[in-house]
Amino acid sequence: MSRKISYVQAFNEAVRQEMRADETVFCAGEDIGGFGGVFQTYAGLQEEFGEERVVDTPISEQAIIGLGVGAAATGSRPIVDIMFMDFICVAFDQIVNQAAKMKYMFGGSATVPLTITTGGGGGLSAAAQHSQSLEALICHIPGLKVVHPSNPYDMKGLMTACIREDNPTIMIKHKRLLGMQGEVPEEPYMIPLGTAATLREGADVTVVAWGRMVNEAFDVAEKLAEDGIDVEVIDPRTLQPLDSETIVESVRKTNRAVIVHEAVRFAGLGAEVAAQIQEEAFDYLDAPVARVAAPFSPVPFTPALEQHYQPSAARIEQAIRDIVARPGA
Amino acid sequence: MELSTDVLTDMHRRMVRIRLFEEAAGKLAEAAKLPGFLHLYVGQEAVASGVCTALTDQDQITSTHRGHGHLVAKGGEFKPMMAELMGKATGYNKGKGGSMHISNLDVGMLGANGIVGAGAPIAVGAGFGNKLKGNGNVAAAFFGDGSTNIGAFHEAANMACALKLPVLFICENNEYGEFTARDKTMAITDIVDRAAGYGMPGVIVDGMDVVAIHEATIEAKNRAVRGEGPSLIEAKTYRFYNHHGVQNLGLKYRTDDEVAEWKQRDPIFTFEDRMIDAGTATRDDFDGVWAELRADIDEAIQFAEDSPVPDVDQLLVDVYTEMPAGATS
Ligand SMILES: Cc1ncc(C[n+]2csc(CCOP(=O)(O)OP(=O)(O)O)c2C)c(N)n1
Ligand SMILES: [Mg+2]
Repeated sequence: MSRKISYVQAFNEAVRQEMRADETVFCAGEDIGGFGGVFQTYAGLQEEFGEERVVDTPISEQAIIGLGVGAAATGSRPIVDIMFMDFICVAFDQIVNQAAKMKYMFGGSATVPLTITTGGGGGLSAAAQHSQSLEALICHIPGLKVVHPSNPYDMKGLMTACIREDNPTIMIKHKRLLGMQGEVPEEPYMIPLGTAATLREGADVTVVAWGRMVNEAFDVAEKLAEDGIDVEVIDPRTLQPLDSETIVESVRKTNRAVIVHEAVRFAGLGAEVAAQIQEEAFDYLDAPVARVAAPFSPVPFTPALEQHYQPSAARIEQAIRDIVARPGA
Repeated sequence: MELSTDVLTDMHRRMVRIRLFEEAAGKLAEAAKLPGFLHLYVGQEAVASGVCTALTDQDQITSTHRGHGHLVAKGGEFKPMMAELMGKATGYNKGKGGSMHISNLDVGMLGANGIVGAGAPIAVGAGFGNKLKGNGNVAAAFFGDGSTNIGAFHEAANMACALKLPVLFICENNEYGEFTARDKTMAITDIVDRAAGYGMPGVIVDGMDVVAIHEATIEAKNRAVRGEGPSLIEAKTYRFYNHHGVQNLGLKYRTDDEVAEWKQRDPIFTFEDRMIDAGTATRDDFDGVWAELRADIDEAIQFAEDSPVPDVDQLLVDVYTEMPAGATS
């Protein structure tokens, strides 16, 4: 049975169903118990599962991740929340040096089935320390898996997969998609980590986007169809591991690629995607791979600047028009 | 300690300036005229005012997400503050920081902060610089009860004590971190208990009593200037509004009765009553102060509303002293 629920509700339902099915699952984070989380992603869970399994923690990001790592390595399946993605920086040792590497350093003897959830993305005038898209930092770390759903259906399927996954995963919730509605099946289901979705098939150009940018890119693609530009839109959904095959196959067909992300362009994940495309589809390309991303500055507070900072529909459209205007081989 | 009428008048003015600024900001936020988050300081005015009247313009402070009051108390002007909250080019941070990063180094205010606990280590650095230069200045770190659960606070406290730095740790214990009560996140009642662990004196003061806070600060400052190292002052206080925004009653995590009880102890009105009883001032004197400062606020709002937003070319200004050619990609 499918019905329309929000991105937040899809997250909440995945957690609730997994907690019902597996009593080793617990949640910990700031304000997630009594308050349900500042984004209400954990609403009602403490009522159902009690204070032992849905824990309000002190403001202690490093210890929150450590709690997850230690519990995961000793038989629990923790979900720990870092309110804003910017705050992972406070806990970076536990994420990068501990969670990610424990299995490898211990010669495989440890397993860390930990899910870290966090709110990323800008567009809320939340300024430089509450708006960042830091996926490139964590995708760079061997041992971690990273997901970033763009809609409620993917949210539930990816969150379920993260909880059941035996490696540490980071689930990035986009703060501006929280209220987004979409069809979501009631029963539990998984979207396998590392599988992209092709949201729209097209012949002229491939657009690879993630998070909120997927929805921007999709709308631009629909609009350009009216002008006879046929855009294929791919949402990797999982950023680490990346479904390179789906992307490369698409570019071999369309011969052109535009990558769109909210993070800064320099050393953003788009650089990795572009590199893989040129390695695997060089002979098929009719134009250099284009990137639409943020300029090299912190996220500005004032809407007057932030509106120019975030990739907009207009910038995405222009990049697509420019790339298809280049004569092909 | 007998305080002069000048000092008492000064304390009162600073408290009223904070109250008026915050109430005005709250009204503007309700009218959707302020972008982003707003954490109001109303209820806690005595703490910033009592501390800052004991400091000179050359002493430094670090602040928190709830930082407007600290800046006002340290000598911040209404106009560039209001303009900053509105994201205007004439703001203290040229619209790039907003409420959560508002700063003015000219009066020694090293910024509000979006990262809980991050101010304390920076105050240690300012204190270190003062000691190195032998200038006799002190650095005061303002922080909340909740922030004493984060590693940064403990590292800062220990280092300042180990190096005997001229630093004052000012804890504003308002009993909540966001929507979670203090007793859920720490096993002690008094933050001051933490001081002994680092080898510094700690005192509890009534955070609604500006004179008590001022006197405790003078003592801590004298100790720091004598080269005997830091002190911790715990001010028991309360925020009258919600964690952010302007709601004050009907909140899930605290009772309306509790709010009403604390409001009985309003730091400004109780101070005025005491001054009138002591014959130091009259109701007319105080009415005059409120009226004068209200006019200043109205002027500042007008100034901010009339101010331009920053030009888009400001986006890449001030990332570095000069943007290196290679950085922008
Ligand atoms: C590192 C970090 N973790 C979490 C937050 C979210 N947050 C902002 S304010 C706050 C509560 C702070 O409580 P306290 O220190 O008592 O200050 P108060 O708000 O009561 O003034 C939290 C959890 C943050 N900004 N930074
Ligand atoms: Mg507090």
